[in-house]
Amino acid sequence: MGAQIDKIGIRTGMWLFLYSEIILFGGMFVLYAAYFHEYPKNFAESGKELNRIIGSVNTVILLLSSFTVAASITAIQRRAKKLAISLLTFSILCGATFLTIKYFEWGEHIRQGVYPNSQVLQNGPPGNNIFFGLYYVITGLHGLHVIIGMTLLSISLVFVLTGRVNENHFSMLENAGLYWHLVDMIWIFVFPLFYLVL
Amino acid sequence: MDTQSTERTLSFYQTPSPPGMKGIWAWLLTRDHKRLALMYLWAVIFWVSIALLIGLSLRIELMWPGGTIMKAETYNAMFTLHGVIMIFLFVIPAIPAVFGNFFLPIQIGADDVFFPRLNLFSWYLFMFGGVFAIISLFSGKGFPDTGWTFYVPFSVNTNTNVSLTVTAAFILGMSSMLTGLNFITTVHRLRAKKMSWMQIPLFTWSLYSTAWVQLLATPVISITFILVMLERFLQIGLFDPSKGGDPLLYQHLFWMYSHPAVYIMVLPGMGVVSEIIPIFSRKSIFGYKAIVYSSLAIAIAGSLVWAHHMFTSGISDVSIFVFSLLTYLVAIPSAVKVFSWISTMYKGSIQMTPPLLLALIFIYLFSVGGLTGLLLGAAGTNIYVHDTQFVVAHFHFTMFGGTGFAFFAALHFWWPKMFGVMYNMKRAYIASILTAIGFIFHFIPMMILGLMGMPRRSFDYLPQYATGNFLAGFGGFIIIAGVGLMFTNLFLSFREKKAAPDDPWGGTTLEWMIPSPPPLHNFTGIPDVKEYPYDFRSVGKTPNSTTTGEADGRTN
Repeated sequence: MGAQIDKIGIRTGMWLFLYSEIILFGGMFVLYAAYFHEYPKNFAESGKELNRIIGSVNTVILLLSSFTVAASITAIQRRAKKLAISLLTFSILCGATFLTIKYFEWGEHIRQGVYPNSQVLQNGPPGNNIFFGLYYVITGLHGLHVIIGMTLLSISLVFVLTGRVNENHFSMLENAGLYWHLVDMIWIFVFPLFYLVL
Repeated sequence: MDTQSTERTLSFYQTPSPPGMKGIWAWLLTRDHKRLALMYLWAVIFWVSIALLIGLSLRIELMWPGGTIMKAETYNAMFTLHGVIMIFLFVIPAIPAVFGNFFLPIQIGADDVFFPRLNLFSWYLFMFGGVFAIISLFSGKGFPDTGWTFYVPFSVNTNTNVSLTVTAAFILGMSSMLTGLNFITTVHRLRAKKMSWMQIPLFTWSLYSTAWVQLLATPVISITFILVMLERFLQIGLFDPSKGGDPLLYQHLFWMYSHPAVYIMVLPGMGVVSEIIPIFSRKSIFGYKAIVYSSLAIAIAGSLVWAHHMFTSGISDVSIFVFSLLTYLVAIPSAVKVFSWISTMYKGSIQMTPPLLLALIFIYLFSVGGLTGLLLGAAGTNIYVHDTQFVVAHFHFTMFGGTGFAFFAALHFWWPKMFGVMYNMKRAYIASILTAIGFIFHFIPMMILGLMGMPRRSFDYLPQYATGNFLAGFGGFIIIAGVGLMFTNLFLSFREKKAAPDDPWGGTTLEWMIPSPPPLHNFTGIPDVKEYPYDFRSVGKTPNSTTTGEADGRTN
């Protein structure tokens, strides 16, 4: 390849990839839409069983981490390496906190007997089963993306530490950041669909 | 005249590889799009040969009523295997991964794709997907007997190895998607400075449209396959009516990818034909812009017609009406292409060669496939012929008669460029004609059987279908003989070592301006982009022309 790095090209590729991720979740949202149309009442009452406060806290955490990731990219461009490192570390910790909260949230549901193919869901109305089925699949898939995003951010962090990511070459960090924003954005859709159903 | 440039530059085969990448590693770790294309080629030829033989065994089984060479369960697994291999390991990757990888960068004057490492990664995904498919064949309760569509509830309930096969398809989908992503970025960022959008060769245009469909549609099949796996492991019941789910939604999700996928399969083939027809007519392509826009139109409209696979599944009359109408609309851009090709040949100086013959067979067979598709797209007739042998014959006319023959045409068209050797023309003609005759013998009886009411995917049949099935099996043998001869002839060219000139056909796109086989970085100087890719004024119309190596090509 040529000696010059084409940053716009790399970003184009990343955006195309993000687009495919949106379609991946789009398939799930199609299912949600169809089933919400079929079971609006069950969806509303199941949504009340989810804890809105926990959901809101998680939303805030992700939004905050998105901000710090964006700030770390600006920091690296302005040669503030230390600031970038602490901002990145903070973002990764936010991701970990999100997952921990999610873990306890899932655990509480499972303790109450609400999990795929459980007796509680089998004997309840079918709409509830579908709601929680979608809840587990979508938040699970989202959680997986959080883990992937954290991995990408961690790799970027290592690169920042070793100096491979610097004020001239920050495409890796930028793309990891874009991915993190995607994870955040999907959550922005997931949160109202499950926690705020009317 | 072909040696002028080859003396100065080593081909990509001869260029010494960097240290640590000797021998086999020069291939397995390569990021060169040409080497990757060839590695795809061998894999694809391997898979298509296997799947053709499986197809033949199915038709042998059906030649006589009752069980002849296999049990009913084996038959179910075999037709699934035939479908899965053909779709995911041959028809989808064949033209983009092999010829797209090799020629897309060259046609736009680039030295490689934009993400060469990602390209290598895609190849590994492709190989892993294939390995997974093989493992699922020999482990657990055997290969799935669901058909390649993996319809619920059967795919969730059956004991066979659905999860592993679905994983294989998931990985293959990812490989295809990443190739698409790579191509889009390459076309946008690495095009020669002088080349504007309306100067891109049509093959690259078709790959560009295809790449968008790959990127748009493939994630949907990924999530669908993930859901099949989750259903098998967790029994969530998202598609199970007893738990509140709706099996129809599975079919929607599945066809949201799989119908656009048929355009992933056929658009690159149309691109190949759009390259071949003008060259051998010595005439500028008729309606360049019409072909470009029809590719885009097919890509867009083709993404909106998925539910025409579900007319008998119990969707509403309104949906049937809308999807039937949209299906008819797709026929328009397809017809625009066919008419453009024919108009290109009209009053051209046609020179018959094996690639042109195969392209003509493509046009004929694909037209039959397209027209029978209209019969299926109409809601009324669809209900009559749904799930019969007619459907099988129809999509083989488009997939095999279309994409398959386009693949053969591309092989014969670009073989001299890829390997620098010319094959035996006479054998190539015989093989092409033999395959085409076998094809007609094979699928026309199936079409009639379908109209008579014989269902697809059945192991046995009523006595009145015996003659048709026997004839179809007979045609199957001719196809195998034809394809066998075709591949043998191509492979023999390595031994006969008849050197091919740089431009054996008198082509005008950039790949014909460089040595055969191309040097490592494709171009020795800055590529000379013409104002219009199909300008044959500089290429002579007669065999005595002195401008290119065309004369050598013709006397073969």
